[in-house]
Amino acid sequence: MAKENKNCLPAFDASKGIEFGIYTLGDHLINPHTGKRISAGQRLREIVEMARLADDAGLDVFVMGESHQDYFVSQAHSVVLSAIAQATKNIRISSGATIISTSDPVRVYEDFATIDLLSNGRAEIVAGRASRVGLFELLGYDLRDYEALFEEKFDLLLQINQNEHLTWQGEFRAPLNNAHIIPRPLKGQLPIWRAVGGGPGSAVMAGRAGVPMYMAHLGGPTGAFTGTIAAYREAARESGYDAAALPVTTAGFFYAAEDTLTALREYYPHINEGMKFTNGQGFPKQAFAQAQDVRSIINVGSPQQIIEKILYQHEQFGMQRYVAQLDFGGVPFDKIRQNIEMIGTEILPAVKKHTAKKEN
Amino acid sequence: MNIVVISSSKVGTKTQTATKKVVELIQAHYPGESLTLIDLKELDIVFSDGRNYLDYSGDTAYVTKTVMDADVLFIGAPTFQGSIPATLKNIFDLLPQNALYHKTVAMIMMAGSPKHFMVAETQLKPILSYMKANIVPNYVFIEDKDFHLQKIVNDDVLLRLETLVENTLVLARTYAEIWRQQEDSYDF
Repeated sequence: MAKENKNCLPAFDASKGIEFGIYTLGDHLINPHTGKRISAGQRLREIVEMARLADDAGLDVFVMGESHQDYFVSQAHSVVLSAIAQATKNIRISSGATIISTSDPVRVYEDFATIDLLSNGRAEIVAGRASRVGLFELLGYDLRDYEALFEEKFDLLLQINQNEHLTWQGEFRAPLNNAHIIPRPLKGQLPIWRAVGGGPGSAVMAGRAGVPMYMAHLGGPTGAFTGTIAAYREAARESGYDAAALPVTTAGFFYAAEDTLTALREYYPHINEGMKFTNGQGFPKQAFAQAQDVRSIINVGSPQQIIEKILYQHEQFGMQRYVAQLDFGGVPFDKIRQNIEMIGTEILPAVKKHTAKKEN
Repeated sequence: MNIVVISSSKVGTKTQTATKKVVELIQAHYPGESLTLIDLKELDIVFSDGRNYLDYSGDTAYVTKTVMDADVLFIGAPTFQGSIPATLKNIFDLLPQNALYHKTVAMIMMAGSPKHFMVAETQLKPILSYMKANIVPNYVFIEDKDFHLQKIVNDDVLLRLETLVENTLVLARTYAEIWRQQEDSYDF
């Protein structure tokens, strides 16, 4: 018999199929087709508008990450998510990821519990470690503590979630002495996910802690990531948790157009040029061309092709939620709108229908 | 073509001498190409701590960005303890795992003994392959006795360096054309 999991697990209704969302890292990049970049203010307002459109189209969740690098506007991501809470009605609002290592978990919890109350119980947190590390120096942390900072602060965040009054002592934050941490979210706790990159190491830590896993990926064959999910579930089982009850989100590049070639043609320059700015390396065209194969994890193509790919990924991963990154690298807003429309009218209904668990 | 020559020794002058000769040959035969010599002896480079190569500062950032922007790399290295020097391995460690994708890489190895002839083959090539380099198959192996007072005095070595420079540039230009045709074939 599995032990009790005290973490707050988001509820998924398997009879309705997987959840479908979109996510943005709040990148602020040149549109390579025009060579122009919109202002930071316009980009922020368009992110809020993107969330509103996703809400109108019936998507389940809107996710925004935190970055302090050049070419991003998402430094204060919780402030943007708060604006989204005001602009939307039904869609869940999540970070993806909040860099908990360089934040105070108490403040993060206060922010997201507030967003939860403002949005009538729609907030979630995805906590991560940062793939780029400029924020350590910016915010006064030592990169040598990269892993220790994350593990301690993530654990503290989970404890705050479980305990309205908390006594705690650690290495990287002042102790808490029966501290009263408020406001409390609408349902008492927030769903808190652990962000995981490609490798199994961090996935194993998520499994051992019995927390939901949010797995982001750039490219490659879908099969290359099944090991990470298997390691997560195995670690959860070994730690005594009911692995089947732990949800997984997968996140990656997405772009739909009327046909595959148009999608590749429109989106590739955004990815390739955008990654040069944000990661220092472009995206190999050969690897992007493989997106035409159902086994490639890059969800770019016609709506029908993307439906087939997500269903294939669901067969392989059994994930509860998929979130699409469709705005990276200066994608113009009319294309973002077009993509959300295609998701709402064609892709989401088909994906939900085919992943819905039939009643026996 | 953006050509970068790396002299990866902190000790002595032989690697410097050989890489400067490579620079001279490139300037003489390919005067229109962009060319940079990185001499690790002159730079203060930190050890890799796993961060993205853009996140370093000072000399370290200069080296990582210069190498990443190169189309062609000539790597000159001494042999220490039967292997490549730690200074060179550190440069590799500072870079992403596929950092040498679509780069043509040539090797010039210095050694005090002919017993070290296979070091490039068994120690350096596997790292370059792992990092996705297009390796120029033949390298130039130079012994201590081929140098005298910071000059290469063995004509055979000088001609082999000329051959290496020519073969590397021919390969790099040919690869560039192949990749152009390949990318055009995708039609997006």
